[in-house]
Amino acid sequence: MFNLNKESKLAYTMLIPTISIVFLIILFPIFGNFWLSFKEVKLGDLRAPQPIIKEKLKTKDIEPGDDILIEYRFKNSSQKKPIFNIEITDKISEFISPVEIAEGCSVNNNLLSCYFEEWKPKYNEKIIFKFKANDNFEIDNFNPKESKPRGVADADNILTNLKFSIKNFQKILQKNETIENIKVTFLYSLFATIGALLLGISAALLLEKNFLGKGFFRGLFLFPFVSPVIAVAFTWVYILDPFKGFLNNYLLNNEFISEPIFFLGLKKVDFFGFDFPFTLFIVILFESWRYFPLAFLFILARLQAIPKDLYEASDIDGATRIQQFFYITLPQLLGVISLLFILRFIWNFNKFEDIFLLTGGNAGTRTLTVQVYDEAFALSNMGTASSVAVLIFILLAIFVFIHQKIAPKDIEE
Amino acid sequence: MTNNIYQFFFIYLYSIITIFLLAVIGDFVSISIFLSKNIFIYKNIFLYCFLYAVCFFAIRIIITNQVSNIFIFIISLILSYFFLINKEINAYQLVIIISVFIAFNLLLQKYFTAKNFSNFLFEVSFLKFLKTNSLIFFSFIIIFPFYLMFVSSLKSQMVLLQNPTDLSIPFFYSISDFFSSYIAVITQYNFLNFALNSTIVSFVTVFVSLFFSIPGAYAVARLRFVGRSKISSSILIIYMVPAIVLVIPLYVIFSQLGFRNSLFSLMIVYPATTIPVALYMLQGYFKGIPYELEESALIDGCSRVGVILRITLPLSVPAILSVSLYVFMIAWNEFLFAFMFLDNQEYFTIPRGLYTQLDDQEVPRQYLMAGSVMITVPVLLLFFLFERYLVGGLTAGSVKG
Repeated sequence: MFNLNKESKLAYTMLIPTISIVFLIILFPIFGNFWLSFKEVKLGDLRAPQPIIKEKLKTKDIEPGDDILIEYRFKNSSQKKPIFNIEITDKISEFISPVEIAEGCSVNNNLLSCYFEEWKPKYNEKIIFKFKANDNFEIDNFNPKESKPRGVADADNILTNLKFSIKNFQKILQKNETIENIKVTFLYSLFATIGALLLGISAALLLEKNFLGKGFFRGLFLFPFVSPVIAVAFTWVYILDPFKGFLNNYLLNNEFISEPIFFLGLKKVDFFGFDFPFTLFIVILFESWRYFPLAFLFILARLQAIPKDLYEASDIDGATRIQQFFYITLPQLLGVISLLFILRFIWNFNKFEDIFLLTGGNAGTRTLTVQVYDEAFALSNMGTASSVAVLIFILLAIFVFIHQKIAPKDIEE
Repeated sequence: MTNNIYQFFFIYLYSIITIFLLAVIGDFVSISIFLSKNIFIYKNIFLYCFLYAVCFFAIRIIITNQVSNIFIFIISLILSYFFLINKEINAYQLVIIISVFIAFNLLLQKYFTAKNFSNFLFEVSFLKFLKTNSLIFFSFIIIFPFYLMFVSSLKSQMVLLQNPTDLSIPFFYSISDFFSSYIAVITQYNFLNFALNSTIVSFVTVFVSLFFSIPGAYAVARLRFVGRSKISSSILIIYMVPAIVLVIPLYVIFSQLGFRNSLFSLMIVYPATTIPVALYMLQGYFKGIPYELEESALIDGCSRVGVILRITLPLSVPAILSVSLYVFMIAWNEFLFAFMFLDNQEYFTIPRGLYTQLDDQEVPRQYLMAGSVMITVPVLLLFFLFERYLVGGLTAGSVKG
């Protein structure tokens, strides 16, 4: 009906800003991550090698006509890499004029400029520049530190050059920790998802029927989800604190336990001869607690869409409530539950903050996301951190592929 | 007769669970808030249960006139008396427990006397108990951490260390003592500055995100163009990209460009991460607006942009509101990027400030809790004010967590 060409043109103009910002901040960093994972970049390499210049006045009590010595200290900031084409500029006082200055330097209109071809790694030299105080020299207005010397230089940037290696991946895969972390991540994602779904289903069943105060409860049940993670995580840490915390003190006061339990610091607990990852379990509880509201909302919406005549018919046939749940409600919910399962699984897989804030990845709760952080900032190795992130990304791509297969194509509707 | 005995045991079993939960809740809510003591002791559970059974059967005898219950009633009475003389019971507790018993029994009676349930008496009563108890359970596990957060933030260091299990609100404090932790957090830890930063970043995020996603969502929802289905299906995939995969390269890039340690860096990243979900939520809503409205305006000679401004946007105010709220909450709560990007205290957002300034063994816990309360309250307030929109938005947008 309308001019299709014009329409698509408009559509593209409307979408281009969105697509470009998403491309810049999401797709480009993903590419950057792959790029970094093949480079041996340390945290320190992020600062490109630079010339460092400092000046120092060597002469005291200057009178007009005196010689003035100013010491310039030239330094290459990098310990490993040379820098090239160094250009230095510094504004010098109008009250002095040059007498003897280093090779490659010149003074023009009170502007000292120098050029050097190359500084080797660890280059560090002090050069004394000799100036003469002019007749109109005033000590009060003379301050060589007034203007800071500036330097620019070219350097080989490890981030942009084309040298690649697979050492990061070798390093990561040789660590025993990595395999352990993958296992923990899977356990954590799986059980946190199951926990959240179970709680969500029960909460939704509770609020299925209309009753006084239903709206209040629905709002209340969403609290853990909408609150800032940092606040609820700190509160949990505080409750579970072995000495100051509520729970331990409560249990101690009532003589349920004789000594405090380190809820967030017990890697393994012997449980009928089987190593039970206790802290991981606590973290999973937290995660289920925090994310069940989401499952609850979705399932509640689906529950209310189940045709009521199904229940009426089964009532007439004499089905009990429990039978109704298993033969009517559950099959009707299966679609939304499986969708929620894969979504929550993926999001739990991506979670960083929750575990980081609760345990910092200690006591057997180091997931891959926490490992990324540790590699990057505890071990200062951006390269291996990126390679772990790549690992996450690849595993995730598999899950997303599964999600695409399972998810209903509601977008196309 | 046998039926009644079965019932007794069922009821007894359920009542143990109920009373346990009720006693804990009742303790927290009504008694300990005012009396500042830990009255509830687990040993009393049995007492509560017997009392419960006594009341239950007493009422049952009165209502149903079934004499067979008298036998059980007498047994419970004797046992209860036995417990009563051995344990002390607080008058407040007794009043609360008995009123709760009566309420419960009335509820129960309703189901026991309903005719069509008679076949599945146990099942129905079981489910009813389960339901009531679960409601209590859920409310408890949700309210308790928030309540503890709030109560701890009001206490002084000494009271906290002396009795960490004290859950009473210190009403007897003077106003300045009452809010001393809050005052300390604001004056000593620069909290207002963090709050200002958080507010700025969150509002900018909302505006930028809407600015980009509204036209995008309209294009995806309404306009026909090549690649439309590709774009709409990739929105959600982009949404699943984990922040941790983005944060390292963004850290590197922003360090190189020199705007890592600034609020500006957050103002770029937050909108970019929220645009996909905003776009998805909005396009769902735009699709629901009747196309005839727009079509007639187009035929009357209105341009596309005019249609968007005059028809689509005014009609989708609720959706835009819910998206804004949702985006605001994401930006307000966000921790990872703020944690990685910000070094200078003057740029800290609240989560970043809380983490660095207050999560320290040296810093008293009540300060940390006061900070947590202050970051949570705005979100919960917004949430309660606009819950209706938000719930709709959450379900529509299949929210990220």
